[in-house]
Amino acid sequence: MFRMTVAAALMASGTPALADTHTIAPGEGAQERLQEALILAAPGDEIVLEAGHYTITDGLSLDVDNVTVRGAGMDGTVLDFTTQAGSGEGLLVTSDNVTLRDFALENPKGDGIKSKGADNIVYYRVRVTWTNGPDANNGAYGIYPVESTGVLIDGAKVTGASDAGIYVGQSNGITVRNSIAEANVAGIEIENSRNALVEHNIATRNTGGILIFDLPGLPVMGGGNVIVANNLVVANDTANFAPPGNIVAGVRRGTGIMVMANEDVLIEGNILQHNPTAPIMVIAYVQGFEDERYNPLPRDVVVGQNTYGVGGDDPQMDNADMLLAAFGGALPPVMWDGLGTLFTDAGTPGWSLNLPEQGKGTSMAQPSPLSVPEPASEFDRTGIGAPAELEARIG
Amino acid sequence: MKQSLALLMSATIGLIGSVVAHATILVEPTHERDQVILSDQLPTLLSEFQFFDDAAGRDPADRVIAYELNTPLFSDGADKLRYVYVPANSTIGSDGEGLLQFPVGSAIIKTFAFGEREEQRFIETRVLLHRADGWVALPYRWNAEQTEARLAIAGARIPITTPQGDEISYRIPNMNQCKTCHSQDSEIIPIGPKARNLSADWLSEMVDGEHLTAMPEGADVLPVWQAADTDGEIDAQARAYLDVNCAHCHKPGGSASNTGLDLRWEQNDPFAIGVRKPPVAAGRGAGGFLVSIEPGNPDTSILVHRMNSTEPGVAMPELGRSTIDHDAVALMRTWIEGMSE
Repeated sequence: MFRMTVAAALMASGTPALADTHTIAPGEGAQERLQEALILAAPGDEIVLEAGHYTITDGLSLDVDNVTVRGAGMDGTVLDFTTQAGSGEGLLVTSDNVTLRDFALENPKGDGIKSKGADNIVYYRVRVTWTNGPDANNGAYGIYPVESTGVLIDGAKVTGASDAGIYVGQSNGITVRNSIAEANVAGIEIENSRNALVEHNIATRNTGGILIFDLPGLPVMGGGNVIVANNLVVANDTANFAPPGNIVAGVRRGTGIMVMANEDVLIEGNILQHNPTAPIMVIAYVQGFEDERYNPLPRDVVVGQNTYGVGGDDPQMDNADMLLAAFGGALPPVMWDGLGTLFTDAGTPGWSLNLPEQGKGTSMAQPSPLSVPEPASEFDRTGIGAPAELEARIG
Repeated sequence: MKQSLALLMSATIGLIGSVVAHATILVEPTHERDQVILSDQLPTLLSEFQFFDDAAGRDPADRVIAYELNTPLFSDGADKLRYVYVPANSTIGSDGEGLLQFPVGSAIIKTFAFGEREEQRFIETRVLLHRADGWVALPYRWNAEQTEARLAIAGARIPITTPQGDEISYRIPNMNQCKTCHSQDSEIIPIGPKARNLSADWLSEMVDGEHLTAMPEGADVLPVWQAADTDGEIDAQARAYLDVNCAHCHKPGGSASNTGLDLRWEQNDPFAIGVRKPPVAAGRGAGGFLVSIEPGNPDTSILVHRMNSTEPGVAMPELGRSTIDHDAVALMRTWIEGMSE
């Protein structure tokens, strides 16, 4: 009888023997060899993707804990999904303590890399690109961790996503840093998540640069404890190309950093330039909802010191001409809808719609210059960001 | 090897004759099979399990019992031959209308075939094994000669002509993709054999044969897909189809739990099953529509749009079909049209 002994692969909870390295080279049968390695890897193993171009026609997936998938650089190892015929994403990870590094996915039909319920995952120097640029037919999310505790995304680059380039949803303990999100609808989006740190990223040519959202109707709700710091948020001026129906389809072209609902969000040290609708926007959830667990208001959002260049000079909103005239040619950099609680650093220029009620549209708006207090105390940074062990992994 | 051949032959002879049960007891042909099921190995060949008495995989061995589902999963129109195996001296328990509770050592076997009568060809056989540390899902691909099915860890694509006449690239799932659907809180589980979707006759035969401990409460409530065409059953038919084809991912703890869409038969909250529910992570899959189900308007319901597509990234389910189930799309349209706006 011919049998393959792969006890180690099946006994994921067992003590790993010496870690193996499985090296995959591009060429004939590469997809099958790679997928087999992803299935048969034992905890602790490393799968090395040699430099080159890989044609992948089906979704790949990894379900073994403690595995590293390492390419030869985000421009060296390219997994090309242009002819993908099945699956909703390019690569799906459903196991814990996985490290993905130094490779690229191009033109996945759905999402790029999705990790679901995959705790303590590291995305390091990974690239996801839709090579045709902004297009409603591109996949939704480039890098897509969801329902996970412990997420570190460092040195990534995502271009062309029809929803969010880097999207972290329903997760906790998150760092997104040193990454580039370009020409997506949303550059970086943190949704229904807690304890997220978004720092030292570049968000440019998206419709909206960095979005911090909390939405009703999802299994995990109550987003908050988020810091958006020291990012370069420049020229997010691509017309919204999201398919209608998705929440980001409502994002106005030229939004820099946007907070919708959430509690305890700090925005500081960012450079905001050429975001023509609003360099910073803080608003309540805009639609009606029936979810009793949900709070639609932004609570205790703090806009600290940021550097504001040109912005708010070509807003995509009703009565833009009138507003521009009223504010002297450009809207002030911080826009608030007047709902919930906002604090700003002294002297931060802004304006408020002074809406009386959530979910009722903007017809009752009575725009005026922003007048909100400074924060009463230091922002509590405790517990925000990915666990230190994730950082240690990429050393 | 010799021993297993001998056992195989004994079993074959036993089946031809009228003393199946006696033959079983005498030669205990289940013994080696049980070892294979319970081992920690991935058998390379389907025949190593001895689920069938013939190499072509058409004659089920003793204790390998055929079953059917009232409402089946759509798989590009493939014919499916389903079997359960329960080891001697073990019985299946039940959990009300839900999944039958298979003892360790059980196996569930499903062969996918295309073609009419003599032209019928086996494409793949999927095997679920209940091992001591949980279920394992393995796909086996049949060879061109139809004499052997070999483990396809990474899956495969095969050109097929469907019963509807479509030329498709049929996908044999890889081992991980098996789990994508067969998943509850990251553990592999069976999907199909829920009491509510099994016929009372079959269940009662299983009880009589001492394979099943007792007749489960709530059995046989899902409509029989081929037979159901009366207007009064539209709601039950639609909900049964969604339960069987979608809810293995779209349920709490399933692979699509993050969307909040819950298409299980037992879910009664209209919003949870998609009524006026906005998409969460659908991206272009939403097709420009605002909610999963817009009562009265199938044309603007994302659920219909995605069932009516074969485009990766749009099509639902994401795995397991390359063609559109037109009957099901028509049913969903009727169902949604009939909802009051």
